[in-house]
Amino acid sequence: MNYFKIIFVIIFCFFSFIANGEDLNDKLTNKISKNIRCLVCQGQSVYDSQSDFAVSVKLVINRKIEEGYTEDQIYEYLKNQYGEWIVYEPEFNKRTFFLWLLPILVFFVGGWLIFKKIKFLKL
Amino acid sequence: MKRKTLPIIIIIFLFFCFFVFLKGLNNKNNYIPNENTGRKILSFTAKKLFNDQKINSDELFVEKNFYLLNIWASWCVPCRAEHDTLMRLSKNNLIKIIGLNYKDDLGNAKEFINSMGNPYSEILIDKDGTISIELGAYGIPETFVINENKIIIKKFVGPLTAQSLKEIKSLIK
Repeated sequence: MNYFKIIFVIIFCFFSFIANGEDLNDKLTNKISKNIRCLVCQGQSVYDSQSDFAVSVKLVINRKIEEGYTEDQIYEYLKNQYGEWIVYEPEFNKRTFFLWLLPILVFFVGGWLIFKKIKFLKL
Repeated sequence: MKRKTLPIIIIIFLFFCFFVFLKGLNNKNNYIPNENTGRKILSFTAKKLFNDQKINSDELFVEKNFYLLNIWASWCVPCRAEHDTLMRLSKNNLIKIIGLNYKDDLGNAKEFINSMGNPYSEILIDKDGTISIELGAYGIPETFVINENKIIIKKFVGPLTAQSLKEIKSLIK
């Protein structure tokens, strides 16, 4: 009877481990495909789209994960294939630095204006 | 004075925004990826359409100086439109045309070739579309012109036309 329990636990652990592994791959595929633009139905992510292009890209992402690619490597791979536009988040470079820095700049200028106003009201 | 300048600045700013958006309306919204030429073609393994045999792409790009890799499907209307151009090009001995059948019903694909003629020296199958993605294609038909070093020298998105035929001929001279 004890042997039976041990075998049951081993089999249970083995299958739950496999199931969990698959689940992690699918989760990562979903996460990455949400950040990838569909080039056929533009305005939708690869995750949302059911176009032939999007379905194939999801398969390629899944395959790359199985081959051991990291998330960043997959983004890099897709950027090499289709250009930087395919990812929703633009990378920080000389063409996009203003886009990234503008909100911070607005935040500080706004903060400075509020600070000045408060100081003015106190006086 | 200050009271007058502020509304003027606001009006100028609004006009500026209006014209920026007006100009933006004329811009094309669709993004077309770069041609991405000048890189080596990916090596892939695929089944042949007519005899179910597996073949590696490296075995295909060996005999000629130039190759044309054409992604097509029987359900794709523009592919029918460009088929005539491919048939004309297949008469040129300087170039070898390889077909990649994209997400198609194999029976329909064979029927398409049998009824419209076969311009391809080899037809491979891309059943799930992943080979096309790895090649950098995003829609069909798409055509790659490849040189003897297996470098993609030109990519055509959409059906090949008489103009594309001229371009290909000038490339393989």
